[in-house]
Amino acid sequence: MAEAMEEEEGGQPAGLRSFWTGTITFGLVTVPVALYAATRPRAVSLKMIGPDEAPVRRRYVCSKDEKPLDADDIVRGYEIEKGKFVVVTDEELEAVEPRKSREIDLQLFVDLDGIDPMYFERAYYLVPGGGTNKAYRLLAEVMEKRKVAGIATFVMRAKEYLVAIIAENGILRAETLRFEDEIRTPEDIGLPKIAKVTPAEVKKFETQIANRAKKFDPREFLHDYSERLEKLVHAKEKKKTDIVRAPAESKDEEGGGEVVDLLAVLSRSLGGSAKKPAKKAPGRGKASKRGTAAKRK
Amino acid sequence: MAARAIWKGVVHVGTQEVPVKLYSAVSDKAVRFRLLHKTDKEPVKQKLISAETEEPVEYAEVKKAYPLTRGRLVLLEPEELDELKPKDSRDINITRFVGSGEIDHRWYERAYFLGPDGNQKAYFAAAAALAKKKKEGVARWVMRDREYIGALRAEQGYLMLIVLRHAEEIIAADALQAPSGRALTQKEIEMATQLIDALHGEFKPENYRDEYRARVMELVEAKAAGGKPKLKVFRPKKVEEPDQIADVLAASLAGMKKRSGTRG
Repeated sequence: MAEAMEEEEGGQPAGLRSFWTGTITFGLVTVPVALYAATRPRAVSLKMIGPDEAPVRRRYVCSKDEKPLDADDIVRGYEIEKGKFVVVTDEELEAVEPRKSREIDLQLFVDLDGIDPMYFERAYYLVPGGGTNKAYRLLAEVMEKRKVAGIATFVMRAKEYLVAIIAENGILRAETLRFEDEIRTPEDIGLPKIAKVTPAEVKKFETQIANRAKKFDPREFLHDYSERLEKLVHAKEKKKTDIVRAPAESKDEEGGGEVVDLLAVLSRSLGGSAKKPAKKAPGRGKASKRGTAAKRK
Repeated sequence: MAARAIWKGVVHVGTQEVPVKLYSAVSDKAVRFRLLHKTDKEPVKQKLISAETEEPVEYAEVKKAYPLTRGRLVLLEPEELDELKPKDSRDINITRFVGSGEIDHRWYERAYFLGPDGNQKAYFAAAAALAKKKKEGVARWVMRDREYIGALRAEQGYLMLIVLRHAEEIIAADALQAPSGRALTQKEIEMATQLIDALHGEFKPENYRDEYRARVMELVEAKAAGGKPKLKVFRPKKVEEPDQIADVLAASLAGMKKRSGTRG
């Protein structure tokens, strides 16, 4: 249930942990993989500090009797009419999962540019999750060479995803796609019919476009707000004003892991970690770790 | 049903102005659950408490702090944070135009259709010019106290604005090292290529439905009607990676050919 709370209230799954492990299949070949977010949060999340300079955290309480609640006291409900809920258990949700929910079965490969960009939703990196990584490397190499994406559906955290598996620089990525019924057309929205315009009117815009044509530069995509925030923080740090100390956060709390760099975690998982996948396989894990570490250098 | 505009602004393309309304181009359809208190089935809410004393804390008393290293934090006054906020504006400024496709989908966060807000001629002329020149504009604007970067494109004769992720959010694949190991054999590559080519087709989004969403709704409706659903939990089989990938690929191909052979 703790997992569900994170997903519903936090919006996005926490990025650093691998939160889905499963297999990709193509033909009869299976590729064990673990999935990590490929994007990290926009800006540093600010902490909340109370009047006594101690950290503040959130706690779930019942909206009726204000009683503090633990994860075990909380269930999921679907609101069928105002204020009336049907309780749905984790077991029930699991039972309606498609049979192959732990499997990304690639039965179709499409040209990379054959997917309308409007469909893309979110990117995840896939890292080898099993004893060997040969099938992973083979799939990545061939897909990249053929410039194709593999298409499949799978279930993760109580939601079904349509996904495009893309290979780049020898690394597999899962891009979740929107389902067709989530995409709106101009007619759905009720936009007016396309109006006729004269060539002269179009020409005015063409000229402006031509005047401002430049190459794409990702450096332009930096976030001004985070920059301004960091400037302020460093100025205050230098002057030693308003600095407080927070006691070490308890382990069961979310925040503790945030300082870990997602990039570092990913690199480690790609480099040689058969130890990453959530499932415990002590004997095999160790052996293959040694194996890949030796090969790496 | 016509959608409601979520924001109004003015696109500035050099000296040209295009007043627009913003509409979400996607609608989230995932089943939404509420968290409930198990015993009385009342929705839960969140309260702020001190992590030390567990005493309730009023929101007005909370200060924001930026975490530094070694457990130190810098307190930030509300006025200081207000000053960092971007200036409110209705302007969508186009800083440059790049070739269509130069900004790849990894930057995309969410798509919006723009609709004309008054001057229809300017609106459709801008869309026509973008399509003709095969360009998209890099747009910057402020909406509800947040700065956005977007791509302005022509889509089906209309203007579309795609909110883009910021550079620090993206972990590029070339910043990572690919897994390595013993070289792949020519035969393995050849068999995998054949299999992928055999499975090659066209992406047809209409072929995919969110079946899970439909099943969850069925479950909810059955329970609402007083039914007790039977639970059949599927346990995935453990899989082992085969040693001879090339052979397995060959077997997959043979299987496919056989199936298509009997069909046609």
